[in-house]
Amino acid sequence: MKKYTLFFGLLFLIYACVPAASVRNEVAVPVSEGPVYEETLDNGLKVLIIQDASAPLAVFQVWYDAGSIHEQIGKTGLSHLLEHMMFKGTERHGPKTFSRMIKRVGGLDNAGTSKDYVFYYQKLAPDRLELSIKLEADRMQNLLLDHDETLSERDVVMEERRMRYEDDPQNLVYEEVVSAAFKNHPYRWPVIGWMQDLQNASVADLREYYSTRYVPNNAFIIVAGNIDLPAVMASIKREFGKIPRGPQLKPLDVQEPVQRGERRVYVRKEAELPYVLSSYRAPNIESPDSFALEVLAVILSDGKSSRIYKNLVDGKRLALSAGAWYSSTFRYPYLFSVYGTPLPGKSIDELEAALYEELEALKKEAPSEREVQKARNQAEADFIMGQDSIFYQARVLAEFELLGDWRLKDEYLEGIRNVKPEDVQRVAQKYLVQDQRTTGTLIPVINKE
Amino acid sequence: MKTNLLTKAAVIVLTIGFMVVFTATARALDVKRIELPNGLILLVVERHNLPVVKVSLGIDAGNLYEPEDKSGLAALTASMLSEGTVNRSSQQISEAIEFVGGSVGASSGKDYASVSLSILKKDIDLGFELMSDILLNPAFPADEIEKKVERIKGSLRSSEENPGYVGAREFKRIVMGAHPYGRLVSGTVETIDNIQRDDLILYHKKYYAPNRTVMAVVGDITADEVRQLVNKYLSSWKTADAETVSAEHVTAVLKRETYMLDRDLTQANILMGHIGVSRGDPDYYSLSVMNYILGGGGFASRLMDNIRDNKGLVYDIHSYFAADRLGGTFQIGLQTKSESANLAISETIKEINRIRTELVTDEELSDAKAFLTGSFPMRIETGERIANFLVAVELYGLGSDYVDEYAGFINAVTSENILLIAKKYLHPEKLVIVVVGDQEKIALQEDFR
Repeated sequence: MKKYTLFFGLLFLIYACVPAASVRNEVAVPVSEGPVYEETLDNGLKVLIIQDASAPLAVFQVWYDAGSIHEQIGKTGLSHLLEHMMFKGTERHGPKTFSRMIKRVGGLDNAGTSKDYVFYYQKLAPDRLELSIKLEADRMQNLLLDHDETLSERDVVMEERRMRYEDDPQNLVYEEVVSAAFKNHPYRWPVIGWMQDLQNASVADLREYYSTRYVPNNAFIIVAGNIDLPAVMASIKREFGKIPRGPQLKPLDVQEPVQRGERRVYVRKEAELPYVLSSYRAPNIESPDSFALEVLAVILSDGKSSRIYKNLVDGKRLALSAGAWYSSTFRYPYLFSVYGTPLPGKSIDELEAALYEELEALKKEAPSEREVQKARNQAEADFIMGQDSIFYQARVLAEFELLGDWRLKDEYLEGIRNVKPEDVQRVAQKYLVQDQRTTGTLIPVINKE
Repeated sequence: MKTNLLTKAAVIVLTIGFMVVFTATARALDVKRIELPNGLILLVVERHNLPVVKVSLGIDAGNLYEPEDKSGLAALTASMLSEGTVNRSSQQISEAIEFVGGSVGASSGKDYASVSLSILKKDIDLGFELMSDILLNPAFPADEIEKKVERIKGSLRSSEENPGYVGAREFKRIVMGAHPYGRLVSGTVETIDNIQRDDLILYHKKYYAPNRTVMAVVGDITADEVRQLVNKYLSSWKTADAETVSAEHVTAVLKRETYMLDRDLTQANILMGHIGVSRGDPDYYSLSVMNYILGGGGFASRLMDNIRDNKGLVYDIHSYFAADRLGGTFQIGLQTKSESANLAISETIKEINRIRTELVTDEELSDAKAFLTGSFPMRIETGERIANFLVAVELYGLGSDYVDEYAGFINAVTSENILLIAKKYLHPEKLVIVVVGDQEKIALQEDFR
């Protein structure tokens, strides 16, 4: 679990002022417990509706298969820049109107871009859904993409990049590790894009990307809440149904070559303490091994009774903070990571070695049944507690839909429940091997003062 | 309870920190308020959408009561509660709660300390047992204190590389002066060393009392069940006799001052502002409307419009009144590339001046009111948020008629009223300006120094 942490900077939002909690991800109840209505319009736009009579508000989300994996070399950051431009107006609703119209009805809106997708959302009163439907249908086809607005928003995104990366030493290490871990797959460039590419991004680039990927057959809608289903469907059909289908897009088909040895990168930057991030090539949910890797990450890192906290932070007093991170819901195989910051006075090499010792221990001896049970319980409780927000219910459905079918979310929970101690040991042996990792180290340089 | 939330009047509480806007109607939430003989105030909201219970306690034991040379005492006391009791070791506590996928812990802020429990309904007895144990019987083991202190010092060191943290610390110090609000809740490396184990024991004994506590329980549970649990697990909790507020109200010292910190960064991290109001100030609500228009309303605000949308100078800019029990601050935060710092500051000051000299438009006013009164369901979407909200309402003494009064206030605000309070509470000529970044490149102009 712990799929989205601000720390890993996976998702870039149009606007920073959202509660931090909304960047965490939880997973939804089995379909059997929460009915999902599904319908695909003639133009290929799929609509999924979660009816939740207990929710006081409604959520409207539009998801596009238009994440940074669809960018080209020299044009990185376009997906995210376009997401920003989606708030810059259409002919009918000029610049600066979208968010204002939503706020005027007491609603909130935002959008996010990741490597795999872009999504737009509004949270508002169920009887105001019509507004979302009209505005989202409008900007799916009629975006202005004004030249001056684009140049100005490019500056905004460059400021965002400075804030998130240039001035954040640990995020710089993450960026370097990912771009070294992948040679061929577009996962290797950052969602926000390289600064040089941002400087070159043009209206023409954006227009081409928009006209190709922002089409109904490359998107889907999720509505959740205490809503009037027939009325909402009718409204969606009226507004979105008239948008013409775009050309069929080819799915991304990129294979990453075999890795034949550890890769190491270094970042030298003003910082107080060093930092290490070690990332192993790992499969996604298409592999049954992914469930054991999820459990493995929980055993290592979820809570004060987890191994890394118990042994490295508390026991050996080596780390100020340390942990493990994995998510099986990337669309293509991604990474399993361990990371840490040493306590002042402790060495980064010693901490790195101690992180590997924890992995070796799991390879040598399977965890106890109780330890695995605890991890399963933690994953399941997170699962259930996440249901309290219809926003996350909708989002989880979307993530699995992007993986091929929203129904996969049930397999996910079932998969976690079936993990055995030997599975954890086996996947540790199989994936967490030195030759398959990329390690980044932050070397603090002396302060100016 | 579920369906008519939206039609009822809405309310706003701006609590400590970053844009935490709560809106609520106590009646719509159907809160059961029970005052127990030992003084404990119990607030229960039944919410049966999930088999989950969230508990939040607010205790009048925040850092207002700690001596200056031992600042950090309140926070250390709170964070030590879960590090060992007379019945259980630190590890036994985390193992027990995490085995069932729950969490229990404590922390402390400026105005009060918080204890929270998150647990599946089926494990509610275990949850209450652990929560009452850490609350009533903490052992403050010497070795655990030593480890905790080591980590706090490490975190303080590590935070030095976060420009936002450093800026906020200096801003608070300058604006609040000698008042406890001017200090770090965590304490400093020096003051933490002055804290002895006996100080923690005494602090806990004196201030962790039922007559200083509000406890909100929200979830799949009835008031009767809560009452039984409280009788079973908290009946030995005895009333204590201690002062309620030892510190003075913050006195308004307005003085133009600039603090520059040289760091090797690409952006200037800027905080501007001065003293504000306390949560109980009658002008608080009109200020909320004014601030929404100035810089609290995201894309609907003037600062965002001018400095991000029109000029492309920032990714994020916002203003807010942090209003606490004894006083507060008004502050504007932004980050921009070093070379733009002067322009961003002067444009920000222009906007402060504008709202002090010109009436806001009717549209701005009605938009602000519509959002502030209409966004209630967003703010208490989950059980955890409801619990925290109820605690804040009670501890800040907002009262049971708070709902109606608030709605009246917001809707009564006029543009003349906004002009008046802007003049009264915004002082552009007496701003404290904190700038963290590459001072050579920033080259702050003379009149901002």
